[in-house]
Amino acid sequence: MAYSGKVIDHYENPRNVGSLDKEAPNVGTGLVGAPACGDVMKLQIQVSDAGVIEDAKFKTFGCGSAIASSSLATEWIKGMTLEQAMSVRNTQIVQELNLPPVKIHCSVLAEDAIKSAIADYRRKQRGSQAQPGLGGG
Amino acid sequence: MTAKLPIYMDNHATTRVDPRVLEAMLPYFCEDFGNAASRSHVFGWNAERAVEQAREQVAAVIGASGREIVWTSGATESDNLAIKGAAEFYRDRGNHIITAVTEHKAVLDTCKRLEKSGFEVTYLPVERDGRVNPQAVADALTDRTIVVSVMLANNEVGTVNPVAEIGQVVKARGAVFHIDAVQGVGKIPFDVATTHADLVSLSAHKMYGPKGVGALYVRRKPRVRITPIIDGGGHERGMRSGTLNVPGIVGFGKAAELSAAEMPEESKRLLALRERLRLGIEARVTDTVVNGSLEHRLPGSLNMSFAYVEGEALMMALKDVAVSSGSACTSASLEPSYVLRAMGVPVEMAHTSIRFGLGRFNTEEEVDYVIDLVAQKVKKLREMSPLWEMAQSGVDIKSIQWPGQS
Repeated sequence: MAYSGKVIDHYENPRNVGSLDKEAPNVGTGLVGAPACGDVMKLQIQVSDAGVIEDAKFKTFGCGSAIASSSLATEWIKGMTLEQAMSVRNTQIVQELNLPPVKIHCSVLAEDAIKSAIADYRRKQRGSQAQPGLGGG
Repeated sequence: MTAKLPIYMDNHATTRVDPRVLEAMLPYFCEDFGNAASRSHVFGWNAERAVEQAREQVAAVIGASGREIVWTSGATESDNLAIKGAAEFYRDRGNHIITAVTEHKAVLDTCKRLEKSGFEVTYLPVERDGRVNPQAVADALTDRTIVVSVMLANNEVGTVNPVAEIGQVVKARGAVFHIDAVQGVGKIPFDVATTHADLVSLSAHKMYGPKGVGALYVRRKPRVRITPIIDGGGHERGMRSGTLNVPGIVGFGKAAELSAAEMPEESKRLLALRERLRLGIEARVTDTVVNGSLEHRLPGSLNMSFAYVEGEALMMALKDVAVSSGSACTSASLEPSYVLRAMGVPVEMAHTSIRFGLGRFNTEEEVDYVIDLVAQKVKKLREMSPLWEMAQSGVDIKSIQWPGQS
């Protein structure tokens, strides 16, 4: 199969490859997939107090389409609010990258990675709000 | 002399036609274009003579006589003809077939089809080095076994099976022994006598000949019989009807002759090139594994896993170099290589495998270019890999409960 130009572009000129500090309170880390499946995506978001994604980074073990899907995902969600990022759909990724049917699952994993990062961030926020010592008493 | 791009290192998939082979074929398109079965005129006689010469050339590479060669459209047809043909002919003696899980799909799917019409098939496992154990064959043989099919060399990992010992075991029980010798003939010595082979599948396009032509060796002493799978004009002593692909056959004969003559030198040269590639990569890249026995392997063949880097992504990164991968992403079914899995290669390593097949036309310059490119690209992909990151920070990846795994 010939790779689409956009997929190759994301591989040759990757945007946002890297890591954020997992322990930082305003960072959410999503980890989806499994090595046994040949696809693992780590997607991290850094969220402002106003709930806007200031920065996003990714690392992917997977084929060219998987790398491109996760790279594109980080490009899109930068500057979005968490709600907006939650509504990114894999079908949009498929369309943008011209993914063939056999690669659609890569885009699904990227959508899951976004949601997983947001869920991790929200979990951290809930956790810090429940900490003892805050509030009266 | 720098390497010219693109570089072809996928010689297990197909090979470039040797220019000398093409030259031998050309007269049979526009000048001596007769049908080899036309007995009554010079056009037919010339074609027939060329076909008979090719028969002897192909037979010579495997130590057989020309009368034991049946022309086919390729190894897939030869595999079908051998297994279906022998199973059908010897049906009254039994209904049990033995083969191995690492065989080519042309053998496996043929066996699956025979299972649907009442045959029982045993699919033998392989050892970790990728080879079939003769003892396993001996243990599986029964009084009802009529056909055993084991390949000479595997197309994915390049490992060579102990077919002579297996042949001995099979013949002691009186079953028909078929060998898919496609990947090995012309590269390593092979003889139908020492291997006790009854039926052998051969392919032109794996030995620098054209695509679309193959052969099946059918032993005459003692006589082995097969029921044809194609009916028609009774060509090839009734075993395979259909007008012969004269130019293709002439090419096959020439390719066989060249391979036999050049094998001693060429196999030394390819082994040296393969080791140059392997050692060159191992010196520059950590966490690599060679899949399959290094000792019992075709000279030009290297199947290597690069931990933490997925195979298809690496292939895409190796722009202008043609190789293939055992990764699921490269197969239409999204299943990782069944051969690697049968050898016990963990699934995640199967996804990281690359198959290099060096051949007659590869050079040292090309190998050096590829070593350099592989080192660069693996480094880049590892920098993008969450698994590499985890491994570097001491996380035991095997201990993680992955969200994507059931």
